[in-house]
Amino acid sequence: MKIDVGYVAELARLELTDEEKAVFQPQLEGIVKYVEKISEVNVDGVEPMMHGRPLVNAFREDTVRPSLDHEKALVNAPARVGEEFLLPKIVEGAES
Amino acid sequence: MELFELGIKAAQDGLAKGEFSATELVKSVIDRYHAKNAEIGAYLTFDEEQALALAAANPKSVPIAIKDLINVEGQPCTCASKILKGYVSPYDATVVKNLKANGFIPCGRVNMDEFAMGSSTENSGLGVTRNPYDLARVPGGSSGGSAAAVGGNLCIAALGTDTGGSIRQPASFCNCVGIKPSYGRVSRFGVTAFASSLDQVGPMTKTVEDSAILLKALAGHDEMDGTTPHDPVPDYVKALEGASLKGVRVGLPKEYLEVAGLDPEVKRITDEAIARCEAAGAELVPVSLPHTEYAMAVYYIIAPAEASANLARFDGVRYGHRSAQAKDVYSLYTKSRAEGFGPEVKRRIIMGTYVLSSGYYDAYYGRAQKVRTLIKQDFDRVFEQVDVLLTPCAPTPAFKFAELQDPLTMYLNDLFTIPSSLAGVCAASVPAGFTKDTNLPVGVQLICGGFEEERLLKICKAFEDISK
Repeated sequence: MKIDVGYVAELARLELTDEEKAVFQPQLEGIVKYVEKISEVNVDGVEPMMHGRPLVNAFREDTVRPSLDHEKALVNAPARVGEEFLLPKIVEGAES
Repeated sequence: MELFELGIKAAQDGLAKGEFSATELVKSVIDRYHAKNAEIGAYLTFDEEQALALAAANPKSVPIAIKDLINVEGQPCTCASKILKGYVSPYDATVVKNLKANGFIPCGRVNMDEFAMGSSTENSGLGVTRNPYDLARVPGGSSGGSAAAVGGNLCIAALGTDTGGSIRQPASFCNCVGIKPSYGRVSRFGVTAFASSLDQVGPMTKTVEDSAILLKALAGHDEMDGTTPHDPVPDYVKALEGASLKGVRVGLPKEYLEVAGLDPEVKRITDEAIARCEAAGAELVPVSLPHTEYAMAVYYIIAPAEASANLARFDGVRYGHRSAQAKDVYSLYTKSRAEGFGPEVKRRIIMGTYVLSSGYYDAYYGRAQKVRTLIKQDFDRVFEQVDVLLTPCAPTPAFKFAELQDPLTMYLNDLFTIPSSLAGVCAASVPAGFTKDTNLPVGVQLICGGFEEERLLKICKAFEDISK
């Protein structure tokens, strides 16, 4: 199985150097080859297991409750203006 | 005996009798940290001032070392990743609230494989942790800092997390007791997610009784984690009374015991453990879990898939590293992540993204979830026949640094711990003996059904009693 590591990394929003790609390529192909072992198993009519335990809905009353304080939520911000996270310009042509 | 050598029970008894205060206990741990951490590297950071302040305010409390992916308000929480260097937790994880409400105080942040991905702690982006039993060897992982701190007496007890063996394998390597609770038994709120359908927090301690005390404090429903049911938390400590193996049906799965590549000393120690159980009155039952051979493959699809989704939150926007080279939103993501994550994390993100990508989902992730059902059904069936399964915990004792270079070879270390993680049942590693020439600790794994921690701890205690 040939993996286009560059393309998958792009999907994952992860920049890789050429050296990283060269190292990861055979490693990932080895891992994929290993996990393909599951194709041997007959899974006809088997339900998928989504979680470590059968899930039931966890309901609670829809009431307003205190949430994380703004200042605390912003304490780890790489850049901020007032009570907002500061980011590079997103929309082409817009004023930054 | 120095105070830092105590376990939880002994420390609680001493505090209750007024033999020493929490401040003296914490000071002893801090002294030990200064004497030994440069060599062992169990802790990444230790806020001594906060630890002493907490001890002064809670004079009957016992300090617990915290794996560096569990949030404690006001403390760093790096997940041993450069991407979270400098991060300060804005709130307490539920397990930390539970600790504080039950006579414990969080003390020190212990090392781990970056984002809990690894089996040797060599993937930490922030420091090296050595095995206290042989400094040339790894402590195991991913909770290697927790295990080294407990095994090297750098703490009274520690919290670890286990996704595919990350509590049990390092416990085996460092002579600790480690419990991976059943999925849902302990809240994950405030614990940085690796693979959400598998992650569990659990105790890493010097004795089984200490694990029972700590698990009793940690376990229970949390409205902040919808996967924690309302099932009452039994008194795990009381459950240990009269612990015995008499009449206990111990299942011996051939898929774990007749494996090529099992280290001969691990095999000897496991065989001797089985013989001790039989001599103590246990009934040995040969069993089979036929889908075991597919567990590793299932895990290395499901865990990276979930990790790639969970780690998408590290984008340089709200917290964590932001690249100085970012020009626009796209490069903000790609460069911040490239600079922040280490190689194993990158590998797993790519693997996870690949198995979830268009055209491959059904063949990998979808199919893996179905095979996971078959693995769980193996456990359901076998627990109709037996009370507990006994297996090796890891295929080898602690290995040397840089000994396992190929990622897939490293993954095989979790061969025996992964199936029970996928099934969501509870499992433990309990010290069972030492290798002959190298004198390295080796644990055996004991596995019980889902939410059967009471039974598991009782059997662990009985096994501990006959293994001293």
